[in-house]
Parts: sequence; structure tokens; C-alpha cells
Amino acid sequence: MSKVSEAPHSSYDAAEEFLGHRTPAQRVQTTLHRYPWLSPAIVLILSVIVFSFLNENFASPNNLSLITQQVAVVGALAVGQTLIILTAGIDLSCGAIMVFSSMVMAKTAFDSGLPGWLAIILGLIVGGLAGAFNGLLVTKVRLPPFIVTLGTLNIFIALTLLYATGRTIRDTELAAGLNWLGETFTIGEVRVTVGVVVMLVMYAVFAFVLKYTAWGRHVYAVGDDAEAARLAGIRVQRVLMSVYVTAGTLFALTGWILIGRVNAASPNSGIDANLDSITAVVIGGTSLFGGRGTVLGSLIGALIVGVFRNGLTLAGLDVYYQTLAVGILVILAVSVDQWIRRARA
Amino acid sequence: MTATTNEPSPQVQTKEPVLQATGLVKTYGHVVALDGVDLELYPGEVLGVIGDNGAGKSTLIKCLSGAESPNGGTILLDGQPVHFRTPLDARTHGIETVYQTLAVAPSLDIAGNLFLGRETRLPGPLGSVLRMLDGNGMRKRAKEQMTSLGIGTLQNMGQAVESLSGGQRQAVAVARAAAFSSKVIILDEPTAALGVRESAQVLKLIESIRERGLPVILISHNMPQVFEVADRIHIQRLGKRAAVVSPKTISMSDAVAVMTGALKVAPEQEVAGQV
Repeated sequence: MSKVSEAPHSSYDAAEEFLGHRTPAQRVQTTLHRYPWLSPAIVLILSVIVFSFLNENFASPNNLSLITQQVAVVGALAVGQTLIILTAGIDLSCGAIMVFSSMVMAKTAFDSGLPGWLAIILGLIVGGLAGAFNGLLVTKVRLPPFIVTLGTLNIFIALTLLYATGRTIRDTELAAGLNWLGETFTIGEVRVTVGVVVMLVMYAVFAFVLKYTAWGRHVYAVGDDAEAARLAGIRVQRVLMSVYVTAGTLFALTGWILIGRVNAASPNSGIDANLDSITAVVIGGTSLFGGRGTVLGSLIGALIVGVFRNGLTLAGLDVYYQTLAVGILVILAVSVDQWIRRARA
Repeated sequence: MTATTNEPSPQVQTKEPVLQATGLVKTYGHVVALDGVDLELYPGEVLGVIGDNGAGKSTLIKCLSGAESPNGGTILLDGQPVHFRTPLDARTHGIETVYQTLAVAPSLDIAGNLFLGRETRLPGPLGSVLRMLDGNGMRKRAKEQMTSLGIGTLQNMGQAVESLSGGQRQAVAVARAAAFSSKVIILDEPTAALGVRESAQVLKLIESIRERGLPVILISHNMPQVFEVADRIHIQRLGKRAAVVSPKTISMSDAVAVMTGALKVAPEQEVAGQV
């Protein structure tokens, strides 16, 4: 029996008719909505062009090499941060986990003569455990990620300082392999550090994982609407836990890059990198509300910050203007995100 | 309550019920939500479930979909007793539920939502080693599913669900249930969040599902909708089944009267089995 009366005129036809006559602004909005990394990519290209005109040294091989090295640590940190922000979380403790892990790598090798590779694995495990601690507090104790990581930020800083007893492990004291990521090779005339390559590999791996695996889709689904994901049969708590552990391990890997970058392991370096990584993710078009964004965007976001800082320095502007510029970029990026989100309606 | 007697009349009951609940009891503290409810769902039928607020509709459905465990009574699926502890339990037994809250992931595309939590991987090492998903295969099967349900307005399976209207999103949720359900589909207030035209689309979908032979339980506050699509209507009142009636033989106002207790249905007016 088919008693349902035909709708006189399907609303979808009407909607499609309407969609056919969109204003240019709506088209831009829809395109940006579909490719969240597109607007930061445009900003990056424009800023590179502008800075190249402002100062002839900007595009020199040496300077480009410098920018990649300056970006490596924050860029690598932003991979794990993107994963967490995609689940509608945030990690303020990422810099502290990075430094803590780098101290574990350097000091266990220094104190007990552990081979470098084993010390690195130990550091990665410590990072994973630190992430698991955050994850447990988020999934089991059900605290907001902001509060959890605000607490563990301080805890991990304290642990780092207690463990290191305030002492830096200098380059001559580093075990073999620990500063390997600081070594360079040249592509054309540009010197590239191994650390930059590791960062790029991290981006490639997680761009793939997020796009082509079930886990990646579940990360987006959980960040989008955790309740809907649960009703669809996704084990939300398990996905969240895996994201925090993965991110913690990635922060520890960044700790290894950090040792190579500064050629030492210092308990005081890079603790403020947490806000820089969030800045890179947000400028890269990933939404703080979760479920929307890409790791590619975060790489572009980190590069934008690096290019602005470097370009403004070369243009002879005071360092305070760099900070001002970064602040304006963040607010612009979030405004664009809000505008794009309205394309949903 | 005379209405609860339901001796099956042999001339109408021709098949065994797919899903049968007997004497279901559910209490929350000293609040009795279900007080010995019976429910039968026969192959290929749409069973409407109506009742006033607090009559125990939601609790009944939660027990059937695994969201709650009853304190007493039995549930038989194809004649076999089953005990669902979680919604996932019910789902692995072939019972799919669609919720009124438009439970979809807005940023994923239609195919991604259809296969959410049940993604298929590519064959060979790409799937087993790299864990790569079979995106094209899933889109193709999603498309087939949508076409077979007559949801022709959705052409592009790569379209993000957030760009769809409320009715289209619900259509995706219903299609997901229809694609993976092997026994029963439960629709809990599927049109509560929708407009008039969008609701009509969902009702059409329910009919396509019935044409496939899958039985549907439809819970709704909307009496005209239930009367439009249901083959039989289960009226829930005060934690019990007040009556099972046919929308062909009872008026909407009488059904409301049964819901509120103003009218009792004589046993001969009840419909027991397949209509």
C-alpha cells in the first residue's frame, strides 16, 4: 500500500534551482569550505611574493633554508596538535611533553651511557605515556581538554626541571644519534636539515592516515559530533584515547628534532611552543570546534608564521611588529573560519 | 484492561513474528516505565507505536534497540531469545535504529556516513598493510543503496552531509539503517526535527523499505503520519500495551481516546497478525 501523497513540488528541486544561482561570494565560501587549506595557501603565496619584493635576500637559498629550520619544531608539533584539535580538543601541554621527552632522551644516555637509539625510543615511550595521561583525564575523568592540559602543562614542566635538575646537556655531552636531526644536506643550493625531512614525513604520514583510513574518518566524526559518532557505532572514548597517545608520541618525536635544532637538550627551551603550534593549526584553517581541517593546512600555517617573522625582520621592522602581525593573522584566520562555517546553512 | 487480550485469530496470522517481546518490565528506582509490555513485529510490516508522554514508548524502544536492558520479560528474534546489552549488540543481530537527532557526521560525505563505523578496506596489501579504505567501492555501493531506496535527489556521494537539508540528512541516516539491517529497522521519531515536505520524503522512504520486505517499527507523536504508513498500530498506555489496532478500522480520534484511556478496544476490534 502506498498512501503517501506526492509532495506537490519537491523542496530539493527548489534548493538545487537556488544553488544554481549562487552569488560569487557564496561560491568562494563553498570552495573554501571544501578545501580548508586553500585560504592559508593563498596567504602564504602572496606573503612570499611580497617579501621577495621588499628584500632581495628573502628568496636567497640561505634564507629559505633558515626559514625551514625555524619552522621545523613548531611545524612538527602542529601535527599532533592538529589531531587533537580535530577532535574538538586542545593541547596546551604539547611543548612541555616535547621538552620532557627530549630531556629523557639526552639525560638517560648521558647518565647511564644508554645507546642513543635506545634513549630515543625511551623518550618516545615517555611522550606516549604523557599523552595517555592526558587522554585518561579527558576520557575517564571527563574533564575538558583545556583544563586537563593546562594542569599537565605545569606538571610536565615541573617534572622536566626536577629530572634535569635545571641543567642543560650540551652538544659535546649528547650521545651519538641524538643530534642527527640537526645534520644538513643540500638540495640545489638550499641546505636542509634531517629534522625538516622528518617533519615533512610526519605530515605526509598523517595526511594519508586522516584521509585514507577508517581511523582518520573516525577522528573527524568524533570531532564533528561525538554523540552521532557513538550512535553510528564508533567507540568514541577509544578514538580519543588513541589520538592523545599518538599526539604525545609525535610531541616526543618533535623533542628529538628540537635537540638537533638547538644542538643541546635544555629544560628551558621551547616550553612556549604550545601556543605557537595552536597558532599554526588555527592559521592553517583547522576549526577549534573540531571536525574540520587538514594537517596540510597546519604545515602552511606554520610556514606563514615563519615567513612573516623572517620577512618582517629582513624588512627591518622591530620584533614587536612580528608578534603584532601573528596576532592579526590568528584573528583573521578564525574570522574566515566562522564565515566559511556559515556556508553550511 | 480488556484491550490487552490478544488471542491471535488464525485467519489473519499467517507468519511467525520476526521480533517478539513478552512481558517486558523496566523500572527506574520505583518508577515503573514498562509494566509487562508485549509487542509483536511481523515480516514486511510497518508497526506504528504511539502513546502519550510517559506511556513507555521510548523505554520500550530502548529495550528493543539495546540502549537499555529490561528488568524482566523476554525478547525473541526469529524465535530465538536474545539479550542486548549495548546498541552494538542489537546491531550485530540485524536490528538498526534511526534516531530523531539526525545522527550523522556533518563534515563527512554521504558515502562516509553510510559506512561510518563499518568502512571497507581495499583488497590486497594496500588494504591490509596500509589500511587504505575502498573509497570508490563504498561510494559505488552507497549510490546503489540510495537509488534502490528511491533517493534520486542525492546524486553525488562525495557531497558533505553538512551541505544537505534536514530531510536529506535523515534520508542518509535511514539509508544507512536500511543498508545494514538484516532483520528490523527501528525509527524513533524520524520526522520530529523535519518540515512537512521533508517528512513526506522520509515517509516515502519507509514505504520503500517495506517494499524490500524489511519490517519497520515507527515511533511517532505525529498521528497522521502513523496512520498514513503503518499497517498496525501498537498503542502504549501507562507502561502497558493498551491495544493493537488497524489504521483502516479505527479513527484517529478513537486511537487518541485509547491512548488517554477514555476508550477501551474490544478484543474483536484488535488486529493480531499480518494484515
